[in-house]
Order: sequence, then structure tokens, then C-alpha cells
Amino acid sequence: MSRLNIVLAFVLIGCALAVVQAQHRSRTYFVELERLKKEAHALDEQWGQLQLEQSTWANPARVDAVARERLGLVAPSQDRIHVETRADAP
Amino acid sequence: MNYHSRKLLKLHLAPWRMATVAGLLLGGLIVVTGRAFYLQGLNTDYLQGKGDAVANRNLTLPAHRGQVTDRYGQLLAISTPVEALWARPADLRLSDAQRAHLAQVLGMPKGELEKRLVGRTRGEFNLRRPLTPEQAAEVAAMGAPGLVLRREFRRYYPAGEVAAHVVGFTNIDDVGQEGVERAYQNWLAGRAGERQVLRDRHGNTIRDLAPIKTAQMGGNLALSLDLKIQFIAHRELAAAIAQHKAKGGSIVVLDAKTGEILALSNLPDFNPNNRRDYQPGAMRNRAVIDTFEPGSTVKPFVAAAVLERGLVNPQTVIPTPPNFKVGPKLVRDEHPHDSLTVTEIIQKSSNIGAAKLAMMLTPEQHWSVLERAGFGQLPGSGFPGETAGRLRDYATWKPVEQATMAYGYGLSVSLLQLARAYMAFANDGEVMPLSFLKREPQEIVGERVFSPAIAREVRTMMEAVTQEGGTGTRTRVPGYRVAGKTGTAHKLVDGRYAPDRYLSSFVGMAPASNPRLIIGVTIDEPSDGVYYGGSVAGPVFAQVMAASLRQLGLPPDAPETETRMTQNLVGPGGGA
Repeated sequence: MSRLNIVLAFVLIGCALAVVQAQHRSRTYFVELERLKKEAHALDEQWGQLQLEQSTWANPARVDAVARERLGLVAPSQDRIHVETRADAP
Repeated sequence: MNYHSRKLLKLHLAPWRMATVAGLLLGGLIVVTGRAFYLQGLNTDYLQGKGDAVANRNLTLPAHRGQVTDRYGQLLAISTPVEALWARPADLRLSDAQRAHLAQVLGMPKGELEKRLVGRTRGEFNLRRPLTPEQAAEVAAMGAPGLVLRREFRRYYPAGEVAAHVVGFTNIDDVGQEGVERAYQNWLAGRAGERQVLRDRHGNTIRDLAPIKTAQMGGNLALSLDLKIQFIAHRELAAAIAQHKAKGGSIVVLDAKTGEILALSNLPDFNPNNRRDYQPGAMRNRAVIDTFEPGSTVKPFVAAAVLERGLVNPQTVIPTPPNFKVGPKLVRDEHPHDSLTVTEIIQKSSNIGAAKLAMMLTPEQHWSVLERAGFGQLPGSGFPGETAGRLRDYATWKPVEQATMAYGYGLSVSLLQLARAYMAFANDGEVMPLSFLKREPQEIVGERVFSPAIAREVRTMMEAVTQEGGTGTRTRVPGYRVAGKTGTAHKLVDGRYAPDRYLSSFVGMAPASNPRLIIGVTIDEPSDGVYYGGSVAGPVFAQVMAASLRQLGLPPDAPETETRMTQNLVGPGGGA
């Protein structure tokens, strides 16, 4: 009878330690999860800013201005445009 | 040795002293126990609250507003977090070198910065919003106390004034005020979430105390606009308005097959990113909200009405005597002809001819065609504040009104409504519902206005407008067949038609063999002497149409006209 009690006591201690360990792991993972969430959020914001930057650079008004002023391009006159029709076009 | 027996050591204590000490100790014990019981058992909430206040936090999870893009995903509006720089003068201790550095980072003169810093001594005020990310990094690196970086969301409109009228804008509270931002406010707005967490003393989150209410990000919206076409339309419209010294103007580009609005632009315009110089007039989306008397651009509907009833065919000759009167009113053509075929009435935009065609119809028949084409009814684009225009009930029409209505006076439309009505001719008689949102082709159900045969017949007549002898020779697009109708209407000023103020318009479609695009242009009060619709609005149409057709890669349906551009500068008139 007393031997069974001793065994049970050891089992109890083992369980208690396991609970402590699990709790600790859960805390660690939670902190890690929080960090990753924050990172995801930051990346999301960065993505938005990059999109904004990209669309600012690619703005047709800006492309038009750069093409005309900096690169000295001109739109071809209508009579110099020849539109080809593909043979397989509908 | 027996200490107890020694007399000297015998304790002579009075019993009352023992009782007093014992009583005091007992009393103290009771007080402590009572207090403990009070705190632990009766008044727990207070201390619990204090404890929670230290460790628990309610966090709001910010939700940003959805993006607005064009049909190909080009950004038109986006909310992005920016840093704003605030100063708290009470904590502010800046050395002279730091001030100089800060002034340099912010790009403002040192004197001005110092004036702003000493201007207030308490509270907080914002020094600069928003900062560029580089500036924010520089300020954060300074680490000066009293300079605070705050994170806030700001709405940006990368396309600026080009798409301003369609996209609209939001107010400081991120609520849509105009345009799509207003129409789709509920969809675009995000809903902030909330979570309750336990924190350790470093401020790290340890545990969630309650289920997280996740933030609902605002939905994204893909508009039907094509930013490239939109830009070209805006550019050409601005150029024409500058050239003709006009007060304003609008342009609408519709996809004739789906009813999608590919471009819509107005002038004067405004920059939604910078609304310091707020001018309500410039923010109005004229193409959707303003109405005008359409003038000659309604003539094709009259022609369709008489063709539909088999009263005439396109070759029927109608006498158009210059002294034609309806009741007391003399109907006038600027370029009189003795007689014209029905096609020529449209081609040369004869008011007399159009009035004569209209008089073949009863008011009810005339009205029903206009009503079917959507005049006097909301065009259904879903744009906030769109107008239905005005079409009076036929029972109240006098004969003279029916005649003037044939050439576009006595009823009013918006440009969007007019362009939508032309879809009946472009899309073989079927009008598709308008949309500012991109949509899949299979979801649309059209509304039949004319039979396909009538629509094609009128389209052929409108093609003559752009050929030699027509009012719209300057609307040609090399390589493509174009059909359309010019309009030049006198403006109503104080209840009278002003003889020298015009609204020039052109509505047309291409490729005429199977139209894909409809473009409507109005120019308000051109004042450099040229005012015919074909000469003022027509070239804008031609430029935008040519560029758009190329953009969409549509095969030409008239390759042989490629190099035959007419150079006539003033289009022949008529009532156009």
C-alpha cells in the first residue's frame, strides 16, 4: 500500500513538472506568434507603401511628362501609324 | 538552585497588567483580521481592478480602408500608415545643432522651425504630417525627448486629378465624401477589432484574456476605369479646353458591349491629395450631375423613331424649305438646303429636317422613343447624385415644343445619360446597364431599345456625319470607321437662349462595323470663335478614340483610309 503511494507521488511530481514545461512552452510560442504577427503587419504596411510608390512612378501623367521632356519623345502622327491585322484575328 | 524559590526573582505582576497586554494584542489581531477579511472578501473589486490596470490591456486592432484600383489593378486610392511628427514643448530640450539638423531633415528654414517651436509652451502640436519614411527614420534616430512620432493612416490618390471625379475622396475621419469613395463607403470602410491581453512588466503580451475580435479590413474595389484611357481622355480634354478658352468640359468613354465606364473626366478638376484650396465647383462630376440641352445629338433618336414605324427609309427625300414654321416659330438652319434625304438630315444636322421628321409622329410616339432610350430617367450608374435629366410628359407638349425637341431643346440630359442612350445604336439596339465597377461579361442583361436592323440603319446614317459633306469630318480615326453625331446648343442664360454662348458636343462610336467604344465629349462655352461641335468636341473624340482603339488592340475595319486624313479646319455647319 505504501509502495503504491510512493509511486503515485512520483507520478504526481512528474505530471506537475510536465504542466510547468507545457505552460512555459505555450508562453514561448505565444511570444513568438506575437512577434510574427507584428512582422506580418509591418510587411503588410511596407507592401502598401511600395504599391503606392510603384503607382506614383508609373502614373501615366508622369511617364508622359518624362517621355516628352527628359527623353524628347513625340507621339507619331496618325499617318505614320500602320495597324497590322493578324491573319488569325477574329 | 531553585530559581523559583528565590524571593528576589519572584515576579510581582498585577493581574490587570496581564489583562491589558493580552487585550491589546487580541484587539490588534482582530483589527488586522477584520481588515484582511474586508479587503479579501468584501472589497475585492477595487484591488483586482488596480492589479488588472497594471497588467491587462485593451488593444484596438486598426483596420485600414480598402484599395480602389482600375480594371487592371493600377492603384487609384490606397490607405497607408504614415508617421506624423508632434512636439511636446514641456519636454523639448533641443541643442542648437539638433535644431539645425531637424530643420534640415524637415526641409524648412531654421528660423521658421524655431518660430514654431517657441510659439507654444504647453500641450502638443503637430510639426509635420505626414513625414516621408526617410524623415521618420532620421527623427527617430535623433531620439530627442519631446519629439513624438505618431502613426496614422492617410489616404493617397496616386492618379491625382486624372481620376479625381470618379474616385472622389474621404474626409479626415476616413468617410467617403464624393464619388466611388462615397458610393461604396460601407464596402471600403474597415471595422477595427479589439483584443484583451495580459502583459508582463516589459510590456510584452503574454496571454489573451478574451476571444479576439479580429479587425475587418476594408474591401478592395476594382473599378471599370482603364487608367491609360482615362489619362489620355483627361489630357486631350484639357488641351481642347485650353485651346478654345472654354469654361469647362466633360468626356465619357463607354464600353459599348458591357456598359462599363472606361473613362470619365471633367474640367475644371481638383487634386484629391491636396484639398487646401477647396473649390466645390471643381469637385462636381459634371458628366454625371450636370444636365444640358443636348441639341442636335438627339436627332438620331428621331430618325430611329420614324424609321421604326416605316414612315420613311434612309433615302426618302424630305423638302426642307427655309421658311418652315411650326405654329408661330420659324425653324432655322444655318446652312439651308431645299431638300435632303433622311440620311442627309442627320449628316448635315438639319433642324428643319429633324423637325419635319418629328411632326410625322404623335407626341406619344416621339416621347416613347426618348423614354425608351433613357431620357428623363436615372442612368443607373450608382454614382452619388446622378441626375435623371428632364423629359416632360407628352401630354403637356405643344407642337412647337415637339419640333424643338427633335433638335434637342426643351429636354435636358447628362453626358453620361446621352452616351448610355447611344449604346442603343452601338450595341445593335440593346442598352447595357452602366457600371463604374469592373464586371464579368456573363452577368449582364441588356435592355432592348431598337431592333438590330434599325440600330444598324441609324449607325450607317451617323457614319455619314464623319464623311465628306458631314458636320463631323474632323472626328475621323485613321484605319477605323467612325459613326457619331455633332451637337452645338445655345446655352440657356437667365431663361433666354444666349446667342453667343454654346455648348459644343460630340457623341460617337467606333469601329462602326461593330462598335466597341462610345465616347461622348462636351465643351462648355468655347470662346475663341470656333464653336461647332464637330470642330471643338470632335477632335477630342478623334484623338481619344484613336488612342483607345490602339490601347485595346482592336483590328481596323477600314485599313484603306489610313493615310486619308482631312485637313479642313472648320467643319461645315447646319444646325450642328
